[in-house]
Amino acid sequence: MKPASFDYFAPTTLDETLELLHEYGDEAKILAGGQSLMPLMNLRLARPKIIVDINRLSGFDQIASTADGGLVIGALTRLRAVEKSALVREQNPLLAAAMPLIGHFQIRNRGTVGGSLAHADPAAELPALAVLLGCEFSLARTGGARVVTAADFFLGYMATAIEPGELLTEIRFPTWRPGAAWAMDEIARRKGDFALVGVALNAELDGTANLRDVAIVMFGVGGKPHRIESADSILKGRRVEPAVLRALGQAVAEEVEPDSDIHASAEYRKEVGGVLARRALESALARSKNGVKH
Amino acid sequence: MASKSTRNNMEAQNRPGNGYVGRPLKRREDFRFITGRATYVDDIKLPNMLHGAVLRSPRAHARIRSIDTTEALKLPGVIRVFTFRDLGVLAVPVPIRMYHLPGLEAHLQPLLAHEKVRYVGEPVALAVAKSRYLAEDALDAIEVEYEDLPAVIDVYEALKDQVLLREETRTNRAAAHEFSIGDVDRAFQEAEYTRSEEFRVHRFTGNPMETRGLVAAFDRGKGELTVWGVTKLPHLNRQTIANFLKMREHKLHFIENDVGGGFGIRGELYPEDFLIPFAAVNLGQPVKWIEDRREHLMAANHSRENRCQLELAARKDGTILGLRATIYGDMGAYVRTHGGLVPCSTAALLTGPYRIPNYRAKIHLVVTNKTGLGTFRAPGRYESCFYRERMLDLMAQDLDIDPVELRFKNLIRPEEMPYEVGVTRPGSGPTIFDSGDYPSALRRGLAEFEYDKLRLLQGRLVDGRYHGTGIACFVKNTGGLEPYEGARIVIGDRNDVAVYLSISVLGQGHETAMAQICADALGVPIEWITVFHGNTDITPFGWGTFASRGTVMCGNAVHLAAQKLKQKLLKAGAEQLDTDPSSLDLNDGKIFRLNTEAPPVELNEIVSQVRHSGNFNEGFPELAETAYFHSSQMTYSYGVHLAHVAVDAETGMMEVLKYLVVEDIGRAINPLMIHGQTVGSAVQGIGGTMLEELIYDDNGQLLTGTLMDYLLPTSRDVPDIGSVILEEKPSPLNPLGVKGAGEGGIVGTGAALANALSHALADYAVQVKTLPLTPERIRAWIRDGSASKKT
Amino acid sequence: MSRKQTIKLTVNGRAFERLVEVRMTLADFIRQELDLTGTHLGCEHGVCGACTVLFNGEAVRSCLILAVQADGASLHTVESLADGDELHPLQRAFQDHHALQCGFCTPGFLMTARAFLKDKPLPTREEVREAISGNLCRCTGYQPIIDAILQAAQDLRGLKEHAK
Repeated sequence: MKPASFDYFAPTTLDETLELLHEYGDEAKILAGGQSLMPLMNLRLARPKIIVDINRLSGFDQIASTADGGLVIGALTRLRAVEKSALVREQNPLLAAAMPLIGHFQIRNRGTVGGSLAHADPAAELPALAVLLGCEFSLARTGGARVVTAADFFLGYMATAIEPGELLTEIRFPTWRPGAAWAMDEIARRKGDFALVGVALNAELDGTANLRDVAIVMFGVGGKPHRIESADSILKGRRVEPAVLRALGQAVAEEVEPDSDIHASAEYRKEVGGVLARRALESALARSKNGVKH
Repeated sequence: MASKSTRNNMEAQNRPGNGYVGRPLKRREDFRFITGRATYVDDIKLPNMLHGAVLRSPRAHARIRSIDTTEALKLPGVIRVFTFRDLGVLAVPVPIRMYHLPGLEAHLQPLLAHEKVRYVGEPVALAVAKSRYLAEDALDAIEVEYEDLPAVIDVYEALKDQVLLREETRTNRAAAHEFSIGDVDRAFQEAEYTRSEEFRVHRFTGNPMETRGLVAAFDRGKGELTVWGVTKLPHLNRQTIANFLKMREHKLHFIENDVGGGFGIRGELYPEDFLIPFAAVNLGQPVKWIEDRREHLMAANHSRENRCQLELAARKDGTILGLRATIYGDMGAYVRTHGGLVPCSTAALLTGPYRIPNYRAKIHLVVTNKTGLGTFRAPGRYESCFYRERMLDLMAQDLDIDPVELRFKNLIRPEEMPYEVGVTRPGSGPTIFDSGDYPSALRRGLAEFEYDKLRLLQGRLVDGRYHGTGIACFVKNTGGLEPYEGARIVIGDRNDVAVYLSISVLGQGHETAMAQICADALGVPIEWITVFHGNTDITPFGWGTFASRGTVMCGNAVHLAAQKLKQKLLKAGAEQLDTDPSSLDLNDGKIFRLNTEAPPVELNEIVSQVRHSGNFNEGFPELAETAYFHSSQMTYSYGVHLAHVAVDAETGMMEVLKYLVVEDIGRAINPLMIHGQTVGSAVQGIGGTMLEELIYDDNGQLLTGTLMDYLLPTSRDVPDIGSVILEEKPSPLNPLGVKGAGEGGIVGTGAALANALSHALADYAVQVKTLPLTPERIRAWIRDGSASKKT
Repeated sequence: MSRKQTIKLTVNGRAFERLVEVRMTLADFIRQELDLTGTHLGCEHGVCGACTVLFNGEAVRSCLILAVQADGASLHTVESLADGDELHPLQRAFQDHHALQCGFCTPGFLMTARAFLKDKPLPTREEVREAISGNLCRCTGYQPIIDAILQAAQDLRGLKEHAK
C-alpha cells in the first residue's frame, strides 16, 4: 500500500504556506501529524496532487493562557503535548481528561490538535469538546484571516468551514468555569478506537443537587458533534433525580439521528447515547460533589 | 506420570540434570528476532529484483468484458503486466489437496480471472515493475471493463440457485457429504427429551502479523528456480509448482525463512504461488511480491463461517442419546487447497469428548461470492465446540440439571480409552481417541478457576453489570493426518550436531523443542545442536506444519533418528575402544565405560577417528541417521475452557474478567512454549469471538477492508489468561507420548464465552446461538429478551 | 517543486544523506535505503505498530511518516538496542519471558517499550498494558510481553542505581 505520486512542499513560514495554498487551492492537502491523512494516502483513497507539509512552521505549537483565563493552543501542537501539559490540566480538566482517549500514545506523538479538528471525524473526541466548550478557530489566508466559532466550524461528515487556501492556525478555548461539573465518556469496540457513540458535558452546579447551564454534546451520532438542545429545558431548575436523568437519556436518544455502520446501528447509537448521557450527568454530579476537580 | 504445570509454577519444573525434555527452556532462536536480524521474506533483496503487485477485482460478481494494459505499460519502470492469456498452456487452476469431495472440482480457482470474477479480491492481473510503488501505479492504469452480475453472500440465498456462480453446475451446492454412526433415528424415537436449534459461526480468519509474500529467482544459466517465503508444506508446494512450470522438481529450491505466523492461513497454494514463479521464469529477473494488509483481508483464506442445524436426543436424566447435524459451509467463490475440510472438520468432532453413540451429520458445501474458505487454527473445532457446548447448556436448563454435572455424566471415562467414535471424516479411518482422562481435566479446571465461588454470581447484577461463568469441554485432534515426517541428524567432530527437519517453522519454537528432544535421545549437551528446517534441498520429503502435528510427527522422527545415531556412535566407540557396545553409554557428550572406573571418552575423539580415517563404521565416514515417524492415527489433546464475564446490559459491552484453559497434551517438551501457545491462541479466540468479523454487504463488497474495521484484539481487550498443562495421559501412539499443542487454547473460546454470556443474561432469557458477541448484537438480544418478558 | 529530495538524518547514531522520492514512507526508507530490515510492515495504515521507531526519541509509526519529513531528525530503530552482542535489558527480558513467538511484531514492541520506559520508568502492570495497546501481536496474547516490560523496568532501574 504505497501512496500515489504527488508534489511536495515543506514551507517554513506562514506566508509561504498561505501562498502555496492559494496557488493550488483544492489540489493541495495539508500534512500535519499525518495520522489521518497518511493511512488514506497509503490506501490510495486520497490522492492529493500537492502536499503542503506544515511541520516546519514554527510558532504554531504553543499552549498559552489567555487574559481571561482561557487557553489558546496552536494548531500544530502535538496531542501528546496537550496531554502532558500542566497548564491544560489546571485550566481545562475536561480537555485534559479527553486526551488519553484519543488513539494511542504513538499517534498522539505525531497527531496535532489542528489536524484532529480539521479532519473532523464525527466520532472523534476533540471536535465534540470544541463544540461543547464553544471554541474559536482562527483561519488564515493570503490577505486575511477570520475566526469561526465551533458551532459554525463543523459542517458535516469530515467537512469543515475551512475553505481552500485557508490554514487553521490556532484554537481558543473559553474560560473554564471553576467548580464546573463535567464528564466525558464513550463506547468504543476497543479502547483507543473511534467512539461508536460518546458524550461530553459540562454544567454549573447549583447547591448540591441542581445543575444549570447544562451543555451536552454527543459524538458519533451523525455527520458532526451534536449539541443536545433539549438538555437545558429538561434539567433547568429541576433536582437531578433518577426520573429526571432517565428523561434526559430518553430525550437524547430521541433527538440524535446517527448513522448505521458495520460496528453499530443507528438504533444502538441512539439508545446507548441516551444511556451515556444519563451516566455522564451522574458522574459529573458525583465528581462535583466530591470536590474532585479533575 | 502425572505432572501438572501452570504458567506460574513452571519454573519449579526446571530441573537441570534430568534431561532437557519437559523443561521450560528459553528459546535459542530468539536472538535474531529480538535484535531485528531475522530474515522474513520482505527482507530479502536480490540484484535486479523486480516487484509485483496484483490487480484485484473490485466487483463481487461480474463478467470481464476487456482488460486493457496499454496505459499501464507506458508508465516508467513498469516492466510487464500479465493476464490470464499470458499463462497460455500453463494455465492450471489452484488444486484441491484434501477433502476432495465429488463436485468440488467444478469450483477451482483460475490463477488469474478470465471470463468472470467471482469475489472481491480475485486476482485479475499481475503487474511487475521496478518498485512496489511503481507496480501499484501500474495497477491504477490497468483498465478493466466489468459487466456486473448480482452477487449472493448468504448460504441459504445461494442454495436457492437463482444467482449461480457457475452456470454449468446449475447449483451453488458444490458438494455434500454425509455419515452416520449408530442408529440415530432410533435414538430420537426413544428419546425422552429432544431439542432442535440453529447456530451460526461468523466469518473470520487468522491475520498473522506478517502478510504473505514470495521472492522467486530464476537462474537462466542452470534452469533452476529458487523461491523464498514458502512455508507450511514446502515439499508439496514445490511439487505442484514444478508440475505447473513443467520443470523437474529437484531444479526448484523452496526455502523457508523466518515466518511471521501462519495459523493455517499461510503456506497453502494460492494463485500468487504460481504467478510469481511464473513471472520470474518469464522475465529472467527475481520477482518479489509482498501482500499488503488490505489485500490479505480479501485474498488470504477466510475461515470458520458455517451454520449448523443441530438436534439433540437424550434421556430426562441427562444421558445424551444422539445428535443430528446439518452443516452448511460457506465456501466462498472457489474451493482451494483445503477442499471441504472446514465444514467436514466441523462435523468430525461435533460429539466432542462425550459418549454419544448415535450421530448423523450432513454437510453441504455452498459457494458464494466471497473469498475462499480455508483452515484457521482448529478449523471446524472452534465451530463444533460452540454448537455442542451451547446445546448442552440449553439442555441443562431445560432438564434442570447442573451444567457441570451434565458434562460429567456424559464425558467419556478413562477406562473407556481408547474410544472409537466411528468414521467421521470422508476417506478416513475411524476417529479413535487414543488416551485421556476427560473428567480429571474438567475437575482440575473447575478447581483452578474457583468455579464453586463463581457460580454464586451466575446471572447476578453486581456494580451495574451482570456476571456469568461458562465452561466448554473439548477434544482436539493433533498429529497424524498426513502419514509421516522425517529428520536427519549429522554429527561433526567438533561437537557439532545438525538436525534437519522435514517440517517448516512458523514461529512455534521448533528450533528449541527439537533440540531438546535430540539432546536427550542422543546424549549430548543441547548447546551442540543446531536445528535446520524448511529447505527442500537439505531435508527429506516431508508434509508440513499444520494441525499441531509438528512436535508429534517431526519430534518423534528426531527422537528416533537420535536414538539410532546414538547406537551407531556406541558401535563406533566400541570399535575404537575394543569392547562391546553394550558396555558403553553416551551421556552429556561423553562415552562412558559402564561398570569401570575408566574416565569417559570425549565423543568428538570417536567421531574424529571415524571421519578422518574412514576405517570405522563400515567405511562410512559420516556419522548420521535419518528416521521417519509414521502414524496414520491422530492423537487427541483435550481439556476445558472456563470464562467469567461481566456484561453492561444497557450498552451491551462485555468484559472478560477471567479466563482459563486446561489442556492435557500427553507430554510437554517445553512447558514455556506450550503455555505461550495456549495463551496466544486463547487471546486469538477471544478476539475472534468478540471483535473480529469479515463483513460483506449485499453487493458482495468486503466492508472490513482494513484493520480499522477488522478488529484484532489488543492488550486491553483481554485479561491475563490462565493456563494449566496436564500430562496425565501420554499418547500411546508415539515413543515420546506427545499429543501436539497449539490449537487447544482456541477451540473452546466461542463456546465458553457464549455460555458465560447466556448465564449472565439469564434474566433477559438471552440464549446465544450466533457469533460474534458484539455490543450491538448483545443489546439486540437483551432488547428481544426484554420485549418477550413483557408479553 | 520536485518528486525527489535530499535528506540528511541520523539513524542509530550514524549520519546519512540520501536522495529520496518524496512519496517514499519512512518505513520503506529505513528498510530499503538503509537496509535496516528489523522494522517491519504489518499494515501500512497505522494500526498494528510493527513499524514503530523512535523519531527524535518519541515512538511513532514510521509507515505514517514520509522519509522527507525525517530530514534533520534523529531516528532509532530496533537495531540500536543491543550494544554489539550485548543485549539491552528489554531484549533479555523478552527472551526470558518468552514474549515473542514468530517475532514479527517484536521490534515494534521493543521500541514502544523503550520510549514508554523512558517516560515512565516504574509503571504498574495496567500502565504497561495500556502503553502497548497500540501494538498488535497475534502469537503471544500480550501477557508475556507485559511481564517482560515490567522485568526490564526493574532491571533498568537496577542498572541506574548501580551506575550511581
